[in-house]
Amino acid sequence: MSTSLERGIRTWVAQIDAPIASFFTSCVHCGICADACLFFTETGDPKYTPIHKLEPMRRVWQQEYTFWGRLAKRLGFSKPVTEDELKEWEPLVYDSCTLCGRCSMVCPVGNDITYMIRKMREGMVAAGYAPEGLKAATSRSIRIGSPMGVRLPALQAQIKAAEAETGLTVPLDQEGADYLMLLSSAEIMQFSEIISAVTRIFDEAKVSWTLASKAFEATNSGMQIGSSDLAAQLVQRIVDAAEALKVKYVISPECGHAYTALRWEGPNLVGRAYPFKVIHILELLDELRAEGRLKTDGFEDQRVTFHDPCQIVRRGGIVEPPRNLLNMVAKDFVEMEEHGIMNWCCGGGGGVSANERADPIRRKAFDRKKHQLEGMGVAKLVTACSNCRNMLEEGLEDNHLDEDIEVVGLAEMLAEHLAVSNRADTGESTSTAKE
Amino acid sequence: MKDTRTVGEILSSQGISRRGFLKFCAATASMMAMPPSMVPAVAQALSNARRPSVIWLSFQECTGCTESLTRSHSPTLEGLLFDSISLDYHHTLQVAAGSAAEEAREHAMQENDGSYLVVVDGSIPLGNPGYSTIAGISNVDMLKETAAGAAAIVAVGTCAAFGGIPHANPNPTGAVAVSDIIKDKPIINVSGCPPIPIVITGVLAHYLTFGKVPELDDLGRPTAFFGQTIHDRCYRRPFYDKGLFAETFDDEGAQQGWCLYKLGCKGPVTYNACAVSKWNSGTSFPIQSGHGCFGCSEPDFWDSGGFYRPLSATTADVGTLAGVAALAGAAAGAAIGRMNRSHRARAQARHEKLTIDDIEES
Amino acid sequence: MTETEFLNWVRGPGMQIALAVFIVGMVYRVLENYLIGRKQSLAEPRGSEWTHGVGTMWRRSFTRAKLTTRGYVTLVAGYIFHIAFLVTLFFLAQHVEMFRSLLGFGWPALPPLLITITAVLGIAALLALLAHRLTDPVKRMLSDYQDYLTWFLTFFPLITGFLLINRVGIPYKTLLATHILSFELLLIAIPFTKLSHIITTFISRWYNGAIAGVKGVQS
Ligand code: HEM
Ligand code: HEM
Ligand code: SF4
Ligand code: SF4
Ligand code: SF4
Ligand code: SF4
Repeated sequence: MSTSLERGIRTWVAQIDAPIASFFTSCVHCGICADACLFFTETGDPKYTPIHKLEPMRRVWQQEYTFWGRLAKRLGFSKPVTEDELKEWEPLVYDSCTLCGRCSMVCPVGNDITYMIRKMREGMVAAGYAPEGLKAATSRSIRIGSPMGVRLPALQAQIKAAEAETGLTVPLDQEGADYLMLLSSAEIMQFSEIISAVTRIFDEAKVSWTLASKAFEATNSGMQIGSSDLAAQLVQRIVDAAEALKVKYVISPECGHAYTALRWEGPNLVGRAYPFKVIHILELLDELRAEGRLKTDGFEDQRVTFHDPCQIVRRGGIVEPPRNLLNMVAKDFVEMEEHGIMNWCCGGGGGVSANERADPIRRKAFDRKKHQLEGMGVAKLVTACSNCRNMLEEGLEDNHLDEDIEVVGLAEMLAEHLAVSNRADTGESTSTAKE
Repeated sequence: MKDTRTVGEILSSQGISRRGFLKFCAATASMMAMPPSMVPAVAQALSNARRPSVIWLSFQECTGCTESLTRSHSPTLEGLLFDSISLDYHHTLQVAAGSAAEEAREHAMQENDGSYLVVVDGSIPLGNPGYSTIAGISNVDMLKETAAGAAAIVAVGTCAAFGGIPHANPNPTGAVAVSDIIKDKPIINVSGCPPIPIVITGVLAHYLTFGKVPELDDLGRPTAFFGQTIHDRCYRRPFYDKGLFAETFDDEGAQQGWCLYKLGCKGPVTYNACAVSKWNSGTSFPIQSGHGCFGCSEPDFWDSGGFYRPLSATTADVGTLAGVAALAGAAAGAAIGRMNRSHRARAQARHEKLTIDDIEES
Repeated sequence: MTETEFLNWVRGPGMQIALAVFIVGMVYRVLENYLIGRKQSLAEPRGSEWTHGVGTMWRRSFTRAKLTTRGYVTLVAGYIFHIAFLVTLFFLAQHVEMFRSLLGFGWPALPPLLITITAVLGIAALLALLAHRLTDPVKRMLSDYQDYLTWFLTFFPLITGFLLINRVGIPYKTLLATHILSFELLLIAIPFTKLSHIITTFISRWYNGAIAGVKGVQS
């Protein structure tokens, strides 16, 4: 069955729930959400007001779930949602929303607008209105296993390189390991240092872990495009692999939306609670720190700050761990004025970075981050999401700031400062040590 | 019986001094809010006015209005005025009784056709004419008959003006006001339960002086006396404005003379002259003696939510209403809510899994 | 209808009708929304729905919004309006007596001078909000006739109440009746318009807090 307007509307009817009905009922049209959204603040165009991005779905709610709306519909007074509108709204919903969740933090009546936009996308994609870039990425994810088309051999090559660099074994498909580590395509292709980093850290902390050849990709384009059906397929691969390897934990990597997809949406997508726990790499590292299993040496000598990845911090709930970890290795760690759950998005989340059409507005939206960094005098911008990292690097480059500010992944920074114990003293080798 | 002397002539024949007469004129003028410069003109006009014939009809009433008028001290200004009119019929005050009395009325009507005044106190029962009759004539018939040749009608007291207490819920006699029956004559409503004596005499004086009906408000009351509320002129008003209210009739606030709003005073919506002219020859008025205004000069004052309930208190019962409304809302909400729930469930059941082929095709 | 009939009507049957519509309407609306239902999350929670939900119901009263290009009218005038409106409504002695008659209990009132100030502030803030709604591109785009209707219905009791206390030429009885009527119109409008937010705000905040609370975030 192909996508259609009718299918989209039916999807919305199925998606609208009590919270959404309450949110639409409560909106007082104050526009405060606009000020929270970087696509509005950086363009000044009212059409980027978050609640406005939901207008077609609001009408469906009104026509399908309210007394007057139903009556008007029956009497033929209501304005049905049209194809033209969906066409007009497609860029609003996909190109100018990163699902960053900032608007949901400020709405005075308490509307979780981001929650609604996520559901809005379900109907949009079912109606056939989704950006080409995102469709292609989803297609690659489903058909190849990765939105960037990364296949196992590419990973294997990076594993080899990491093993060569660290002198340690990178475990693959090791049944019975405690932790299954996932990666994002960007980490495999661009930021592969992360593989050596976690290998060294886990070796030091004596963490029993593995990668899986059947499920190394953590990202989930299905969720970004807004299709629970496709998102579920992608999550299912991970669940299957984790179950096959009988791990206790699955580690979500430094990738924002992957965490949301796996940790918060996943069980609902596959329709059951997991037999394992999902833990974010930052959570795990912070636990190891607290247990004294993660020790570092020396400090960054320059001023650093932290860019909070929306899906990990505001929408993910991991607020303190990155700060605890940064303080281990940075003496001059300064917060941005708006930080933590109120930090601003990099501009490329929620599938925006996979959508070429959105490039111009995304680059414009980066001005927000630029303003945030102005006058802070930081030399390093630390983050914990490879997509953020890409966006930040690109944005700084656009603004000719790449000379002054370096973008760094948090786990990598920790690995650089990892205190290496004298293995001869302990005389014992961990499961990851090369025999 | 027709007396053709002027009011001035009559008064002087009764030994009333020019000074006393001027004092009356001054008092009346000031009550009617006329400037002092008008007093000589009033005196002049009154002196020269022809003594009019007045027919006083008492219907469903308690005689309070007449009491109010006659229980004033002597020598009274009101008394002066009484002397200056020819009260040809008043079945409480007149000596004649029975058919003699009715003859007097008919006689006065014939003699002064078109120029006599009719004063009415009491309401008129329409429910059953037998509820109140005089000499076998029902009130409504007598009113119609008497009003036919009148120059004007003065409805004295809230009963005549607005139906008053007989009109109060459930109004067993079907009592109505004069103005509900007579539509083609000027009617001056001098409301109050009872009305203030000087207001009655003032109205008569005005009529005598100017020969016409004074300026009236939209309820037919002379604005000269009913132009302001009790509250507008109440000496307790500063306490109202400061929010100082007596909570009970004998608390500290009551003793300090604080505002009686919370004790049910209806002064803010009551148009009358009590706070200015006072009662008992200017001795005091209800609020001054510690009791809130009932609003007796207003229509339906008996049915306006209780004398001791604050004006801003809602008059209707809302407790049960709220309960019933909540239940009704819950029932309707539950019904449509269930529809909503199954609407959603149906849409979910009809959902067909979106496949990557669907997306690639779109 | 005479002044008196008008006043007696609004104080009696009018008030009954308004309260009935308000109560039926709001109970209905809340259930109509609530009963649509929602899926319970299967993800292992990091925090409690209830504590965070209730927390957000309260916390969201204190804004986190840092306004940028649109200025502070919405925030400043919005706060002033709501506080002034609620104080005026709940702490004028005459109003307390009304609530006492409705609820069976009352509370101490504030001095009229203070209420006059809150009334003026409320009126000024509401005018500022209207001006902003008419000029700010975001609010203009979001607004339809309802936004202006609800503005008027909110303004009406404030202005008639203010006139009532500062007795102008209008006959008091009519003015009082109009004032009460304005309150009743406002009550009636609540379930049909965005004014439902006086109740549903707290439900929405609960959901917002609960959705974030499951993830361990204070929203
Ligand atoms: C905030 C919006 C307001 C609402 C919803 C409101 C509502 C009401 C209601 C319903 C009543 C009469 C209760 C009854 O008799 O059934 C009332 C009475 C009154 N209101 Fe307001 N009011 C508001 C604002 C004001 C303001 C701003 C003032 C003046 C500063 C004011 C002054 C009064 C006064 C003086 C009364 C009593 C009048 C009397 O009994 O003589 N009100 N109000
Ligand atoms: C305590 C519960 C309430 C909360 C949390 C709340 C919240 C809000 C917020 C955040 C706004 C947006 C401000 C703006 O438009 O600039 C708003 C607007 C408004 N609220 Fe409330 N409100 C509450 C109660 C009320 C009540 C009791 C009323 C009056 C009956 C009311 C009437 C309005 C009106 C008329 C607006 C629109 C103002 C405009 O035109 O901008 N609210 N409310
Ligand atoms: S989630 Fe973020 S990007 Fe999307 S509308 Fe809200 S503030 Fe804007
Ligand atoms: S901030 Fe909330 S209430 Fe205001 S316009 Fe946006 S969604 Fe509506
Ligand atoms: S006692 Fe009555 S008339 Fe006097 S100020 Fe108080 S409310 Fe007004
Ligand atoms: S104070 Fe009020 S109730 Fe008393 S006589 Fe005067 S008008 Fe009538």
